Amino acid sequence: MAKLIIDGQEVDVPPEYTLLQACEAAGAEIPRFCFHERLSIAGNCRMCLVELKGSPKPVASCAWAVRDCRPGPNGETPVVNTKSLMVKKAREGVMEFLLINHPLDCPICDQGGECDLQDQAMAYGMDKSRYVENKRAVEDKYIGPLVKTIMTRCIHCTRCVRFATEVAGVPELGAIGRGEDMEITTYLEHAMKSELQGNVIDLCPVGALTSKPYAFQARPWELIKTESIDVMDAVGSNIRVDTRGREVLRILPRTNENVNEEWISDKTRFVWDGLRTQRLDKPYIRENGKLRIATWSEAFAAIAARVKRAGPDKTGAILGDLVSTEEAFAIKDLMTRLGSANIDCRQDGAALDPSLGRASYLFNATIAGIEEADGLMIIGANPRREAPVLNARIRKRWRAGDFKIGVIGEQADLSYDYTYLGAGPETLATFADHKEAKLQKQIWLIGQGVLARPDGAALLSMVAKAAVSAGALKDGWNGFSVLHTAAGRVGALDVGAVPGKGGKTAAEMAKKKALDVVFLLGADEIEIEPGAFIVYMGTHGDRGAHRADVILPGAAYTEKSAIYVNTEGRPQLANRGAFPPGDAREDWAILRALSDVMGVKLPYDSLADLRRSLVAAHPHIGKLDQIVPADAGDVKKLASLGGKTEKTPFKSPVSDFYLTNPIARASATMAECSALAAGKAREAAE
Amino acid sequence: MAVRRLAEKQPASFEFTKENLDWAKKQIAKYPEGRQASAVIPLLWRAQEQHGGWLPEPAIRHVAEMLGMARIRVLEVATFYTMFNLEPVGKYFVQLCGTTPCMLRGAEDLKKVCKKRIGDEHHVTKDGNFSWLEVECLGACVNAPMVQINYDYYEDLTPASFEKLLDDLAAGKNPKPGPQVDRQFSAPQGGLTTLTEVGEKK
Repeated sequence: MAKLIIDGQEVDVPPEYTLLQACEAAGAEIPRFCFHERLSIAGNCRMCLVELKGSPKPVASCAWAVRDCRPGPNGETPVVNTKSLMVKKAREGVMEFLLINHPLDCPICDQGGECDLQDQAMAYGMDKSRYVENKRAVEDKYIGPLVKTIMTRCIHCTRCVRFATEVAGVPELGAIGRGEDMEITTYLEHAMKSELQGNVIDLCPVGALTSKPYAFQARPWELIKTESIDVMDAVGSNIRVDTRGREVLRILPRTNENVNEEWISDKTRFVWDGLRTQRLDKPYIRENGKLRIATWSEAFAAIAARVKRAGPDKTGAILGDLVSTEEAFAIKDLMTRLGSANIDCRQDGAALDPSLGRASYLFNATIAGIEEADGLMIIGANPRREAPVLNARIRKRWRAGDFKIGVIGEQADLSYDYTYLGAGPETLATFADHKEAKLQKQIWLIGQGVLARPDGAALLSMVAKAAVSAGALKDGWNGFSVLHTAAGRVGALDVGAVPGKGGKTAAEMAKKKALDVVFLLGADEIEIEPGAFIVYMGTHGDRGAHRADVILPGAAYTEKSAIYVNTEGRPQLANRGAFPPGDAREDWAILRALSDVMGVKLPYDSLADLRRSLVAAHPHIGKLDQIVPADAGDVKKLASLGGKTEKTPFKSPVSDFYLTNPIARASATMAECSALAAGKAREAAE
Repeated sequence: MAVRRLAEKQPASFEFTKENLDWAKKQIAKYPEGRQASAVIPLLWRAQEQHGGWLPEPAIRHVAEMLGMARIRVLEVATFYTMFNLEPVGKYFVQLCGTTPCMLRGAEDLKKVCKKRIGDEHHVTKDGNFSWLEVECLGACVNAPMVQINYDYYEDLTPASFEKLLDDLAAGKNPKPGPQVDRQFSAPQGGLTTLTEVGEKK
């Protein structure tokens, strides 16, 4: 620890701290533009100047280490001032320089109201400028359909360049030219390819990079901000949903060091236009082959009649990827009360079974645990497409060095180097009886590409065997980690939404003549063969709704309060930001009302009641934001199961990152990104 | 200084010649594994020499591929250093020093000659022989005013001697580089004025 006197107050900070961090530890506020905690230090904006006693000039505190502060002539503690006249003048001078070429277009700038430059100019700037020359003008650049550029506003902090290079791992932004003519652009104005590019909008301290879809939509102070959880992938990124009236106008990340740090993927950020289009806002009943608008009671009566005629064995439910834990619990309860064992949350057929223990389907190493790990084996997954934010965490660990990464499965560009070991189960089999690896904390990352296939159960067991024999399970460390792609999957598995005794799996339910009535809770990625009477509960007129006989309009993730359990097994609460459109209702309430009509009334009249029952049955779901560690012994048991495997290579379930769920498929922005990405792929193939 | 952009008309492709490729590989081999990017400036320079004095976009791409760098990183280098010409130059590329010492010694007049004989900056004459650019100090202030034409300095110019120089070049002659007046390097004009006995036997 090193001692410093900051503004007359002595502080004791680690010597590797920068002066800026030390000043913050002392409670002083240091303005900055280029400095960012998660990026490398650039030291080019000069806004963080402080006075260091003994130095003739103010020093850039972001780039000055505490250990570089020399003691006074008689060994006195180094003295730093952040409130002296020198610092005040230095800040005013820097601000004056920054504003030489910055346009005064705040009234038409989308950053207005949440602009670092605006705020800091108010707090630390002068009230006038001595520069009367014309301001420079810079041509706007095209860098893709998501990020709008107004480059005249750029102050060249290079945060975006550093983000693209360091965090996203796709070095496509750069600063061309020099001096006054420096410009930020991509190579020949190609669109950015990163799936994390939206984060440069948050990073940009001025209005140079703003959100294209959100352009000129609203001012920050008009928006109602709701803290919520993302459902686009199973990472459970913490988000803030900004709404005006009933419309979601934008989605921003919230910082959660254990989950998403402060990044979110582009799908998370830009999917909101999909919440407005293709919405189901009224119940429908199919009559003579055509869907017609109905009332809730008509729809319920029709369903009750069909369910009664079908009987419990011929009734089943399939849960989609975005189902919240409460809904999964309620539908499971409903099916049990009906006497049916036909319920499945694994519409892709993934061989995950809660009866094998929670450890068999969780990302046991945890996302933050990736940073502690020293080895990673990726099996049948493409984390960059399946969970971009988690992939950024892997890249962060890889950049820190001494991190071995192996891949079995698709050989894709993951934004970090890895050893490619093979394509399929044969390669995996060579690891099943491998001698123990020298690595201390290994992660065996199992993608849904391993599990969602006929031999999934055998493969899961084989991975467990390999992980155990390689030594991935030690005291206090469980490296057996399943990466989910569906936000609702872990919650549904936690509440046991899988076939009961004699029950049919999703694939079996989809077969012809297997069932007479199938409830689809937002299940759009499964094809039900003709014959069955389909009740679709969901939000969008997507695949499931087209096939439905009765449609019950539900609420999307921004329109209901719900608990989602992420791939680590971390339950997180999403709050309601807006109301569902038209006659649509929250899904649990629909199930409750329907159960009454069917004569098997669910015993909860409010969401609070439902949660009470849920937590009573599954206490760990009540511990929000915490992970209840799963029993590592279950992985060892899993390893002993064995089974016959096939030879087909592993394939990631996410072929198109931008269109993985009904909300994304309804979004014009996502469609544009998808088309662009497909064009890119074609270009590369030619 | 001005905004530097890639030329609008670009060749379809760029490849190093056999000799240049061998040379480039030697340059790359100078740096340890993983540090190949250090060779970016020599390679770009050689590409510019090979391509008639200016750097086309395909060459930037080619160098990026050779060094395993992101294209934008190479473009950053190419646009940063003003000695990389991003648009075509004449066979004789005149870089006219306009910094204070040369300016005081008459660089403004030389500029007028350039404008008259060649045209505006960044403009190549119809015969492809000449183009010119005002540059910052070339470090020959003692012989001001001066120009650099391709690799040679022509110093102590007057409008008349500069015009003659351009005439000679246009005629395919090989004018003598260095001071265009009666002196050697930066020694005094008209012979030595001091240390006259140095080297003479008494």
